[in-house]
Amino acid sequence: MDRPTVTKRGVSGPPLVIVLLAAVGLAVFVVPLFGLLVQTPWGGLARLLSSDVVLDAIRLSLVSSIAATVISAVVGVPLAWLLARVDFPGRALVRGLVLLPLVLPPVVGGAALLFALGRRGVVGEPLYEMTGLVLPFSTWGVILAATFVSMPFLVITVEGALNSLDRRYEGAAASLGAKRGAVLRRITLPLIRPSLVAGLVLAWARALGEFGATITFAGNLQGRTQTLPLAVFVALESDRDTAIALSLLMVVISLTVLVVLRSRWWRPS
Amino acid sequence: MSGRVASALLAGVLSACSPGGASAEVLVSAAASLTDVFAEIEDAFETANPAVDVILNVAGSATLREQITAGAPADVFASADLRNITVLSEDGAIKSGITVFATNQLEIAVPPGNPAGVSGLADFERTDLLVGLCAPGVPCGDFARSALQLAGVTPAPDTNEPNVRALLTKIAAGELDAGIVYTTDVVAAANGVDGVMIPASHNVTAQYPVATLIDSPNPEGAAAFVAFVLSPSGRSILAEHGFGVP
Repeated sequence: MDRPTVTKRGVSGPPLVIVLLAAVGLAVFVVPLFGLLVQTPWGGLARLLSSDVVLDAIRLSLVSSIAATVISAVVGVPLAWLLARVDFPGRALVRGLVLLPLVLPPVVGGAALLFALGRRGVVGEPLYEMTGLVLPFSTWGVILAATFVSMPFLVITVEGALNSLDRRYEGAAASLGAKRGAVLRRITLPLIRPSLVAGLVLAWARALGEFGATITFAGNLQGRTQTLPLAVFVALESDRDTAIALSLLMVVISLTVLVVLRSRWWRPS
Repeated sequence: MSGRVASALLAGVLSACSPGGASAEVLVSAAASLTDVFAEIEDAFETANPAVDVILNVAGSATLREQITAGAPADVFASADLRNITVLSEDGAIKSGITVFATNQLEIAVPPGNPAGVSGLADFERTDLLVGLCAPGVPCGDFARSALQLAGVTPAPDTNEPNVRALLTKIAAGELDAGIVYTTDVVAAANGVDGVMIPASHNVTAQYPVATLIDSPNPEGAAAFVAFVLSPSGRSILAEHGFGVP
Protein backbone atom coordinates (compact mmCIF):
# COMPACT_ATOMS: atom_id res chain seq x y z
CA MET A 1 0.00 0.00 0.00
CA ASP A 2 2.92 2.32 0.77
CA ARG A 3 4.75 1.64 -2.45
CA PRO A 4 3.22 4.35 -4.64
CA THR A 5 4.08 7.03 -2.03
CA VAL A 6 7.68 5.81 -1.73
CA THR A 7 8.12 5.82 -5.50
CA LYS A 8 6.60 9.25 -5.78
CA ARG A 9 8.96 10.68 -3.15
CA GLY A 10 11.92 9.05 -4.87
CA VAL A 11 11.05 10.80 -8.10
CA SER A 12 10.08 14.25 -6.86
CA GLY A 13 12.17 14.57 -3.68
CA PRO A 14 13.57 17.99 -2.76
CA PRO A 15 16.59 19.10 -4.84
CA LEU A 16 19.89 18.23 -3.20
CA VAL A 17 21.14 21.83 -3.41
CA ILE A 18 18.20 23.09 -1.40
CA VAL A 19 18.63 20.38 1.22
CA LEU A 20 22.34 21.18 1.58
CA LEU A 21 21.77 24.95 1.88
CA ALA A 22 18.98 24.34 4.38
CA ALA A 23 21.33 22.14 6.40
CA VAL A 24 23.89 24.95 6.51
CA GLY A 25 21.12 27.32 7.59
CA LEU A 26 20.08 24.97 10.37
CA ALA A 27 23.69 24.58 11.47
CA VAL A 28 23.87 28.31 12.17
CA PHE A 29 21.28 27.76 14.90
CA VAL A 30 22.32 24.34 16.10
CA VAL A 31 26.11 24.66 16.36
CA PRO A 32 26.07 27.34 19.12
CA LEU A 33 23.52 25.26 21.06
CA PHE A 34 25.82 22.28 20.74
CA GLY A 35 28.68 24.36 22.14
CA LEU A 36 26.50 25.24 25.11
CA LEU A 37 25.57 21.60 25.74
CA VAL A 38 29.21 20.48 25.58
CA GLN A 39 30.22 23.03 28.24
CA THR A 40 27.26 22.40 30.55
CA PRO A 41 28.27 21.19 34.03
CA TRP A 42 25.50 18.55 34.14
CA GLY A 43 26.39 17.22 37.60
CA GLY A 44 25.99 20.53 39.41
CA LEU A 45 23.06 21.80 37.38
CA ALA A 46 20.39 21.45 40.09
CA ARG A 47 22.56 23.20 42.67
CA LEU A 48 23.56 25.99 40.24
CA LEU A 49 19.95 26.64 39.22
CA SER A 50 18.54 26.78 42.75
CA SER A 51 20.66 29.68 44.01
CA ASP A 52 18.99 32.94 45.11
CA VAL A 53 20.50 34.86 42.19
CA VAL A 54 19.03 32.42 39.66
CA LEU A 55 15.58 32.19 41.27
CA ASP A 56 15.35 35.99 41.50
CA ALA A 57 16.36 36.32 37.84
CA ILE A 58 13.80 33.73 36.70
CA ARG A 59 11.01 35.45 38.64
CA LEU A 60 11.96 38.89 37.34
CA SER A 61 12.29 37.66 33.75
CA LEU A 62 8.84 36.04 33.83
CA VAL A 63 7.18 39.07 35.45
CA SER A 64 8.78 41.62 33.14
CA SER A 65 8.37 39.66 29.88
CA ILE A 66 4.70 38.89 30.58
CA ALA A 67 4.01 42.50 31.65
CA ALA A 68 5.70 43.79 28.49
CA THR A 69 3.59 41.43 26.35
CA VAL A 70 0.36 42.56 28.04
CA ILE A 71 1.26 46.24 27.54
CA SER A 72 2.21 45.54 23.93
CA ALA A 73 -1.18 43.86 23.35
CA VAL A 74 -3.16 46.68 24.96
CA VAL A 75 -1.52 49.50 23.00
CA GLY A 76 0.11 47.65 20.10
CA VAL A 77 -3.03 46.09 18.60
CA PRO A 78 -4.82 49.48 18.29
CA LEU A 79 -1.63 50.86 16.75
CA ALA A 80 -1.53 48.02 14.21
CA TRP A 81 -5.24 48.54 13.42
CA LEU A 82 -4.73 52.27 12.81
CA LEU A 83 -1.73 51.60 10.58
CA ALA A 84 -3.63 48.99 8.56
CA ARG A 85 -7.04 50.65 8.32
CA VAL A 86 -6.72 54.43 8.54
CA ASP A 87 -4.92 56.38 5.84
CA PHE A 88 -3.67 59.30 7.93
CA PRO A 89 -0.95 61.75 6.92
CA GLY A 90 2.55 60.58 7.89
CA ARG A 91 1.49 56.95 8.13
CA ALA A 92 4.73 55.77 6.49
CA LEU A 93 6.75 57.73 9.04
CA VAL A 94 4.72 56.34 11.97
CA ARG A 95 5.21 52.81 10.62
CA GLY A 96 8.96 53.48 10.40
CA LEU A 97 9.05 54.77 13.98
CA VAL A 98 7.21 51.71 15.25
CA LEU A 99 9.62 49.36 13.49
CA LEU A 100 12.74 51.29 14.48
CA PRO A 101 13.47 49.18 17.60
CA LEU A 102 13.79 46.13 15.31
CA VAL A 103 16.92 47.53 13.68
CA LEU A 104 18.22 49.86 16.39
CA PRO A 105 20.91 48.33 18.61
CA PRO A 106 19.10 47.75 21.94
CA VAL A 107 21.83 49.64 23.81
CA VAL A 108 20.95 52.73 21.74
CA GLY A 109 17.30 52.24 22.66
CA GLY A 110 18.31 51.98 26.31
CA ALA A 111 20.35 55.18 26.14
CA ALA A 112 17.45 56.96 24.41
CA LEU A 113 15.07 55.75 27.13
CA LEU A 114 17.53 57.00 29.76
CA PHE A 115 17.82 60.46 28.22
CA ALA A 116 14.03 60.71 27.78
CA LEU A 117 12.63 59.01 30.86
CA GLY A 118 15.50 59.14 33.35
CA ARG A 119 15.33 61.31 36.45
CA ARG A 120 17.03 64.12 34.48
CA GLY A 121 15.36 63.27 31.15
CA VAL A 122 13.07 65.56 29.12
CA VAL A 123 9.97 63.63 30.14
CA GLY A 124 11.38 61.89 33.19
CA GLU A 125 12.32 65.07 35.09
CA PRO A 126 8.81 66.59 35.20
CA LEU A 127 7.45 63.11 35.96
CA TYR A 128 9.90 62.78 38.86
CA GLU A 129 9.12 66.23 40.23
CA MET A 130 5.36 65.66 40.07
CA THR A 131 5.15 62.08 41.28
CA GLY A 132 8.55 61.13 42.70
CA LEU A 133 8.60 58.22 40.27
CA VAL A 134 12.06 57.12 39.08
CA LEU A 135 11.95 54.62 36.20
CA PRO A 136 15.66 53.74 35.82
CA PHE A 137 16.95 51.17 38.31
CA SER A 138 13.37 49.93 38.92
CA THR A 139 11.40 46.90 37.71
CA TRP A 140 9.14 49.34 35.80
CA GLY A 141 12.24 50.38 33.88
CA VAL A 142 12.89 46.73 32.97
CA ILE A 143 9.30 46.35 31.76
CA LEU A 144 9.50 49.56 29.74
CA ALA A 145 12.78 48.53 28.07
CA ALA A 146 11.28 45.12 27.24
CA THR A 147 8.13 46.74 25.83
CA PHE A 148 10.23 49.10 23.70
CA VAL A 149 12.10 46.27 21.98
CA SER A 150 9.29 43.71 21.78
CA MET A 151 6.15 45.62 20.75
CA PRO A 152 7.26 46.06 17.09
CA PHE A 153 7.03 42.27 16.64
CA LEU A 154 3.37 42.34 17.64
CA VAL A 155 2.51 45.44 15.60
CA ILE A 156 4.20 44.18 12.42
CA THR A 157 2.53 40.76 12.68
CA VAL A 158 -0.97 42.06 13.40
CA GLU A 159 -0.76 44.82 10.79
CA GLY A 160 0.31 42.27 8.18
CA ALA A 161 -2.63 40.03 9.07
CA LEU A 162 -5.08 42.94 8.88
CA ASN A 163 -3.73 43.95 5.49
CA SER A 164 -4.07 40.47 4.02
CA LEU A 165 -7.52 39.87 5.51
CA ASP A 166 -10.38 39.44 3.06
CA ARG A 167 -12.36 42.54 3.93
CA ARG A 168 -15.59 41.22 2.40
CA TYR A 169 -16.35 39.42 5.71
CA GLU A 170 -16.22 42.69 7.58
CA GLY A 171 -18.23 44.37 4.80
CA ALA A 172 -20.89 41.68 5.00
CA ALA A 173 -21.16 42.03 8.79
CA ALA A 174 -21.41 45.80 8.48
CA SER A 175 -24.07 45.58 5.76
CA LEU A 176 -26.08 43.32 8.07
CA GLY A 177 -26.07 46.11 10.64
CA ALA A 178 -23.10 45.29 12.89
CA LYS A 179 -21.50 48.32 14.55
CA ARG A 180 -17.79 48.94 13.93
CA GLY A 181 -16.83 47.73 17.42
CA ALA A 182 -18.85 44.55 16.98
CA VAL A 183 -17.24 43.88 13.60
CA LEU A 184 -13.80 44.26 15.18
CA ARG A 185 -14.67 42.00 18.10
CA ARG A 186 -16.76 39.34 16.31
CA ILE A 187 -15.18 39.22 12.84
CA THR A 188 -11.77 40.88 12.59
CA LEU A 189 -10.05 39.69 15.76
CA PRO A 190 -11.21 36.03 15.42
CA LEU A 191 -10.03 36.03 11.80
CA ILE A 192 -6.54 37.28 12.67
CA ARG A 193 -6.26 35.17 15.82
CA PRO A 194 -3.40 32.97 14.55
CA SER A 195 -1.36 36.06 13.67
CA LEU A 196 -2.28 37.76 16.92
CA VAL A 197 -1.06 34.75 18.91
CA ALA A 198 2.08 34.53 16.78
CA GLY A 199 2.75 38.24 17.37
CA LEU A 200 2.23 37.87 21.12
CA VAL A 201 4.58 34.87 21.28
CA LEU A 202 7.27 36.66 19.26
CA ALA A 203 6.94 39.77 21.42
CA TRP A 204 7.13 37.71 24.59
CA ALA A 205 10.18 35.78 23.35
CA ARG A 206 11.93 39.03 22.43
CA ALA A 207 11.09 40.52 25.84
CA LEU A 208 12.47 37.44 27.60
CA GLY A 209 15.77 37.70 25.73
CA GLU A 210 16.09 41.46 26.10
CA PHE A 211 19.49 42.59 27.37
CA GLY A 212 21.01 45.79 25.94
CA ALA A 213 18.21 48.26 26.53
CA THR A 214 17.60 46.83 30.00
CA ILE A 215 21.16 47.10 31.30
CA THR A 216 21.53 50.59 29.81
CA PHE A 217 18.22 51.98 31.05
CA ALA A 218 17.38 49.95 34.15
CA GLY A 219 20.82 48.94 35.42
CA ASN A 220 21.59 45.62 37.06
CA LEU A 221 20.50 44.73 40.59
CA GLN A 222 19.55 41.28 41.82
CA GLY A 223 15.83 40.99 42.58
CA ARG A 224 14.97 44.38 41.12
CA THR A 225 16.38 44.72 37.60
CA GLN A 226 18.60 41.66 37.04
CA THR A 227 16.74 39.51 34.51
CA LEU A 228 18.05 36.17 33.21
CA PRO A 229 20.11 37.65 30.33
CA LEU A 230 21.72 40.17 32.71
CA ALA A 231 22.44 37.43 35.23
CA VAL A 232 24.11 35.41 32.44
CA PHE A 233 26.24 38.38 31.39
CA VAL A 234 27.37 39.18 34.94
CA ALA A 235 27.99 35.53 35.76
CA LEU A 236 30.18 35.13 32.66
CA GLU A 237 32.65 37.53 34.29
CA SER A 238 32.87 35.68 37.58
CA ASP A 239 31.06 32.33 37.60
CA ARG A 240 31.14 30.56 34.26
CA ASP A 241 29.28 27.42 35.34
CA THR A 242 26.31 29.44 36.57
CA ALA A 243 26.36 31.47 33.34
CA ILE A 244 26.20 28.30 31.25
CA ALA A 245 23.50 26.74 33.44
CA LEU A 246 21.43 29.94 33.10
CA SER A 247 21.93 30.01 29.34
CA LEU A 248 20.75 26.42 29.10
CA LEU A 249 17.71 27.28 31.21
CA MET A 250 16.81 30.13 28.84
CA VAL A 251 17.12 27.81 25.85
CA VAL A 252 14.87 25.21 27.49
CA ILE A 253 12.20 27.74 28.54
CA SER A 254 12.14 29.47 25.15
CA LEU A 255 12.19 26.29 23.10
CA THR A 256 9.44 24.67 25.19
CA VAL A 257 7.15 27.66 24.90
CA LEU A 258 7.77 28.15 21.18
CA VAL A 259 7.28 24.47 20.31
CA VAL A 260 4.22 23.98 22.52
CA LEU A 261 2.54 27.18 21.36
CA ARG A 262 3.23 26.47 17.74
CA SER A 263 1.76 22.99 17.84
CA ARG A 264 -1.32 24.06 19.81
CA TRP A 265 -2.41 27.48 18.66
CA TRP A 266 -0.09 29.05 16.22
CA ARG A 267 -0.62 27.49 12.82
CA PRO A 268 0.20 29.83 9.95
CA SER A 269 -2.80 29.88 7.55
CA MET B 1 29.79 30.89 25.82
CA SER B 2 28.91 34.35 24.57
CA GLY B 3 32.59 35.19 25.05
CA ARG B 4 33.48 32.39 22.69
CA VAL B 5 30.92 33.51 20.15
CA ALA B 6 32.15 37.10 20.43
CA SER B 7 35.75 36.02 19.96
CA ALA B 8 34.83 33.93 16.94
CA LEU B 9 33.11 36.97 15.45
CA LEU B 10 36.07 39.15 16.35
CA ALA B 11 38.43 36.70 14.67
CA GLY B 12 36.33 36.86 11.53
CA VAL B 13 36.25 40.64 11.50
CA LEU B 14 39.95 40.98 12.18
CA SER B 15 41.00 38.49 9.53
CA ALA B 16 38.67 40.20 7.06
CA CYS B 17 40.43 43.50 7.77
CA SER B 18 43.90 42.07 7.38
CA PRO B 19 45.36 42.31 3.87
CA GLY B 20 47.25 39.08 4.55
CA GLY B 21 50.92 38.37 3.96
CA ALA B 22 52.99 41.23 5.36
CA SER B 23 50.50 42.07 8.08
CA ALA B 24 51.88 44.50 10.64
CA GLU B 25 48.95 44.62 13.00
CA VAL B 26 49.26 44.52 16.76
CA LEU B 27 46.09 43.40 18.49
CA VAL B 28 45.89 44.95 21.95
CA SER B 29 43.21 43.80 24.40
CA ALA B 30 42.96 46.55 26.99
CA ALA B 31 40.80 47.10 30.09
CA ALA B 32 37.89 49.56 29.75
CA SER B 33 39.51 52.09 32.09
CA LEU B 34 42.47 52.33 29.65
CA THR B 35 40.20 53.41 26.75
CA ASP B 36 41.39 57.03 26.48
CA VAL B 37 45.03 56.62 27.45
CA PHE B 38 45.61 53.62 25.16
CA ALA B 39 44.02 55.46 22.24
CA GLU B 40 46.66 58.16 22.74
CA ILE B 41 49.46 55.62 23.22
CA GLU B 42 48.28 53.92 20.01
CA ASP B 43 48.60 57.21 18.09
CA ALA B 44 52.06 57.91 19.50
CA PHE B 45 53.24 54.35 18.80
CA GLU B 46 51.94 54.42 15.23
CA THR B 47 53.62 57.77 14.63
CA ALA B 48 56.90 56.25 15.81
CA ASN B 49 56.26 53.02 13.82
CA PRO B 50 54.37 54.02 10.66
CA ALA B 51 54.34 50.46 9.29
CA VAL B 52 52.46 49.09 12.29
CA ASP B 53 48.73 49.28 12.83
CA VAL B 54 47.59 48.90 16.43
CA ILE B 55 44.06 47.56 16.86
CA LEU B 56 42.55 48.17 20.28
CA ASN B 57 39.98 45.77 21.69
CA VAL B 58 38.57 47.45 24.79
CA ALA B 59 36.30 45.67 27.29
CA GLY B 60 36.14 44.66 30.94
CA SER B 61 39.28 42.77 31.99
CA ALA B 62 37.31 39.60 32.75
CA THR B 63 35.61 39.69 29.35
CA LEU B 64 38.99 40.09 27.65
CA ARG B 65 40.39 37.18 29.63
CA GLU B 66 37.42 35.03 28.50
CA GLN B 67 38.02 36.04 24.89
CA ILE B 68 41.72 35.15 25.06
CA THR B 69 41.00 31.82 26.78
CA ALA B 70 38.49 31.05 24.02
CA GLY B 71 41.19 31.60 21.39
CA ALA B 72 40.53 35.15 20.19
CA PRO B 73 43.62 36.48 18.42
CA ALA B 74 45.54 38.94 20.61
CA ASP B 75 49.16 40.05 20.86
CA VAL B 76 49.06 42.09 24.06
CA PHE B 77 46.84 41.99 27.16
CA ALA B 78 46.64 45.01 29.46
CA SER B 79 44.44 44.22 32.46
CA ALA B 80 43.05 46.47 35.18
CA ASP B 81 43.95 43.95 37.85
CA LEU B 82 46.46 41.21 38.57
CA ARG B 83 43.81 38.52 39.01
CA ASN B 84 42.69 38.19 35.40
CA ILE B 85 46.23 38.17 33.99
CA THR B 86 47.33 35.66 36.66
CA VAL B 87 44.56 33.29 35.60
CA LEU B 88 45.84 33.48 32.01
CA SER B 89 49.40 32.97 33.21
CA GLU B 90 48.35 29.80 35.07
CA ASP B 91 46.69 28.61 31.84
CA GLY B 92 50.04 29.09 30.06
CA ALA B 93 48.68 31.83 27.78
CA ILE B 94 51.22 34.50 28.78
CA LYS B 95 54.53 34.69 26.93
CA SER B 96 56.64 37.42 28.49
CA GLY B 97 56.89 38.35 32.14
CA ILE B 98 54.01 40.32 33.59
CA THR B 99 54.96 43.98 34.16
CA VAL B 100 52.94 46.51 36.16
CA PHE B 101 53.00 49.63 33.99
CA ALA B 102 50.55 51.89 35.80
CA THR B 103 48.63 52.33 39.03
CA ASN B 104 45.33 53.94 39.72
CA GLN B 105 43.29 54.92 42.75
CA LEU B 106 39.60 55.12 43.44
CA GLU B 107 37.48 58.22 43.62
CA ILE B 108 33.77 58.88 44.08
CA ALA B 109 32.23 60.24 40.88
CA VAL B 110 29.17 62.48 41.15
CA PRO B 111 27.15 64.37 38.52
CA PRO B 112 28.44 67.89 37.76
CA GLY B 113 27.82 70.15 40.77
CA ASN B 114 27.24 67.16 43.11
CA PRO B 115 23.45 67.77 43.36
CA ALA B 116 22.92 65.17 46.11
CA GLY B 117 25.74 66.58 48.27
CA VAL B 118 27.69 63.33 48.45
CA SER B 119 30.64 63.73 50.82
CA GLY B 120 32.20 60.31 51.25
CA LEU B 121 31.98 56.54 51.23
CA ALA B 122 29.36 56.57 54.03
CA ASP B 123 26.82 57.97 51.55
CA PHE B 124 26.84 54.57 49.80
CA GLU B 125 24.79 53.24 52.73
CA ARG B 126 21.98 55.74 52.17
CA THR B 127 18.87 54.27 50.60
CA ASP B 128 17.44 57.71 49.71
CA LEU B 129 20.23 58.16 47.14
CA LEU B 130 20.65 56.32 43.85
CA VAL B 131 24.17 54.92 43.96
CA GLY B 132 25.98 52.52 41.65
CA LEU B 133 29.05 50.30 41.73
CA CYS B 134 30.76 48.09 39.18
CA ALA B 135 29.59 44.49 39.47
CA PRO B 136 31.55 42.06 41.66
CA GLY B 137 34.13 40.27 39.54
CA VAL B 138 34.83 43.43 37.53
CA PRO B 139 38.05 45.03 38.87
CA CYS B 140 36.47 48.41 39.67
CA GLY B 141 33.68 46.58 41.49
CA ASP B 142 36.05 44.47 43.57
CA PHE B 143 38.26 47.47 44.42
CA ALA B 144 35.23 49.58 45.36
CA ARG B 145 33.98 46.87 47.72
CA SER B 146 37.44 46.63 49.32
CA ALA B 147 37.46 50.40 49.91
CA LEU B 148 33.92 50.32 51.35
CA GLN B 149 34.95 47.48 53.64
CA LEU B 150 37.99 49.44 54.82
CA ALA B 151 35.65 52.33 55.62
CA GLY B 152 33.24 49.99 57.44
CA VAL B 153 30.42 50.80 55.03
CA THR B 154 27.84 48.25 53.88
CA PRO B 155 26.76 49.61 50.50
CA ALA B 156 23.18 49.64 49.22
CA PRO B 157 23.83 49.94 45.46
CA ASP B 158 20.91 50.47 43.09
CA THR B 159 22.84 48.95 40.22
CA ASN B 160 25.93 46.81 39.63
CA GLU B 161 27.24 47.97 36.26
CA PRO B 162 29.13 45.62 33.94
CA ASN B 163 32.06 48.01 33.48
CA VAL B 164 33.34 51.36 34.65
CA ARG B 165 32.29 53.19 31.47
CA ALA B 166 28.65 52.12 31.84
CA LEU B 167 28.71 53.36 35.44
CA LEU B 168 30.23 56.72 34.40
CA THR B 169 27.59 57.26 31.70
CA LYS B 170 24.78 56.93 34.25
CA ILE B 171 26.51 59.26 36.72
CA ALA B 172 27.26 61.88 34.04
CA ALA B 173 23.60 61.75 32.94
CA GLY B 174 22.60 62.54 36.55
CA GLU B 175 20.66 59.29 36.86
CA LEU B 176 22.90 58.08 39.67
CA ASP B 177 23.89 60.35 42.57
CA ALA B 178 27.28 58.69 43.04
CA GLY B 179 29.47 55.79 42.00
CA ILE B 180 32.97 54.56 42.77
CA VAL B 181 35.30 54.79 39.76
CA TYR B 182 39.00 55.31 39.08
CA THR B 183 40.70 58.65 39.67
CA THR B 184 41.63 58.69 35.98
CA ASP B 185 37.95 58.51 35.01
CA VAL B 186 37.28 61.70 36.96
CA VAL B 187 40.39 63.41 35.50
CA ALA B 188 39.17 62.79 31.94
CA ALA B 189 37.06 65.90 31.37
CA ALA B 190 35.15 64.19 28.56
CA ASN B 191 33.43 61.99 31.12
CA GLY B 192 31.52 64.99 32.54
CA VAL B 193 31.62 64.01 36.22
CA ASP B 194 32.94 65.67 39.37
CA GLY B 195 35.06 63.86 41.94
CA VAL B 196 34.88 63.40 45.70
CA MET B 197 38.17 62.21 47.20
CA ILE B 198 38.43 58.97 49.16
CA PRO B 199 40.86 59.30 52.11
CA ALA B 200 44.14 57.42 51.63
CA SER B 201 43.40 55.18 54.62
CA HIS B 202 40.34 53.76 52.82
CA ASN B 203 41.65 53.91 49.27
CA VAL B 204 42.85 50.99 47.22
CA THR B 205 45.60 51.02 44.62
CA ALA B 206 44.79 49.26 41.38
CA GLN B 207 47.75 47.80 39.50
CA TYR B 208 47.67 47.55 35.70
CA PRO B 209 49.79 44.68 34.37
CA VAL B 210 50.70 44.18 30.72
CA ALA B 211 52.04 41.08 28.98
CA THR B 212 52.48 39.58 25.52
CA LEU B 213 50.58 36.41 24.73
CA ILE B 214 51.89 32.99 23.75
CA ASP B 215 49.56 32.67 20.73
CA SER B 216 50.44 36.14 19.50
CA PRO B 217 50.18 36.36 15.69
CA ASN B 218 52.75 39.19 15.71
CA PRO B 219 55.32 38.62 18.51
CA GLU B 220 57.74 41.36 17.38
CA GLY B 221 54.97 43.94 17.18
CA ALA B 222 53.67 42.82 20.58
CA ALA B 223 57.09 43.22 22.20
CA ALA B 224 57.56 46.63 20.56
CA PHE B 225 54.17 47.86 21.82
CA VAL B 226 54.83 46.70 25.39
CA ALA B 227 58.28 48.33 25.29
CA PHE B 228 56.65 51.56 24.14
CA VAL B 229 54.12 51.50 26.99
CA LEU B 230 57.02 51.12 29.45
CA SER B 231 59.18 53.76 27.72
CA PRO B 232 59.45 57.40 28.90
CA SER B 233 56.99 58.44 26.11
CA GLY B 234 54.44 55.88 27.23
CA ARG B 235 54.91 56.78 30.89
CA SER B 236 54.40 60.48 30.28
CA ILE B 237 51.12 59.82 28.40
CA LEU B 238 49.97 57.63 31.29
CA ALA B 239 50.89 60.33 33.83
CA GLU B 240 49.01 63.00 31.84
CA HIS B 241 45.88 60.88 32.17
CA GLY B 242 46.24 60.68 35.94
CA PHE B 243 47.79 57.22 36.23
CA GLY B 244 50.59 56.54 38.67
CA VAL B 245 53.70 55.22 36.93
CA PRO B 246 55.84 52.84 39.01
